Amino acid sequence: MAPDSALPSRPLLKLAAIGTAAGVFSGLFGVGGGTIIVPLLILWFGYGERLATGTSLAAIVLIGLLGALAQGGIYGNVHVGTALLLSVPAILGVVLGTAVQQRISQRAVSLLFAALLVAIAIELILQ
Amino acid sequence: MDELLAALIAMAGGFTGGIVGVGGGVLFVPALTIFLGLTQVEGESTSLLMIVIVALVGAYRQNVYGNVNLRAALIVGALSPLGVLLGVVIANSVSERVLQLSFAALALFIAYRLIRRSLNQPAGA
Repeated sequence: MAPDSALPSRPLLKLAAIGTAAGVFSGLFGVGGGTIIVPLLILWFGYGERLATGTSLAAIVLIGLLGALAQGGIYGNVHVGTALLLSVPAILGVVLGTAVQQRISQRAVSLLFAALLVAIAIELILQ
Repeated sequence: MDELLAALIAMAGGFTGGIVGVGGGVLFVPALTIFLGLTQVEGESTSLLMIVIVALVGAYRQNVYGNVNLRAALIVGALSPLGVLLGVVIANSVSERVLQLSFAALALFIAYRLIRRSLNQPAGA
């Protein structure tokens, strides 16, 4: 299911706003764009939680790629070997996480996401 | 031992990312800095590469499950560099503390909206 497959101009503007907001927050706070993308896709577009999180992951590939290229190319701060090694358990985690997500209710995904947002808010307030 | 803990935290980061659709950087950065001795800047940069790899696998799996709107994802991703530039301008004109508290308030508001919305849905949704 793809609620905006026709994609008229107003949704296009909303998507552009979501992308810009994701960039602002990832640049300012180092939180991945997903923190912004997932809830806005749910609340603005009425995406189901699974479609919102899947689409968010696909967008993050592009966002992270642009960021990593800038960091690696300009500053040389990316430890490629370490990233590849530590990606092995992380990949195992994401495969498990997406599989588990298919088996829990979409409402549970929303509530987990709300818990994550509250944790981020507390961390920001305490800093 | 530190390597094992780093691996476990990275796995938790990937798992969290898979369930709620975020990159997992929140956990990758401490795994890299606290347990593998990278500096904060190195940790954040290296975490970005891990996020790309993990999000790619996660998006692939979600696509298999039929949960990706690729066109929307491309538009959102392509516009993000504009936001990063905007973020730099904002960071230079507003104090960091004001930014932190504003984003905390926004995160709490979005959490409230998500909770209210899920409580209004039928349980099976």
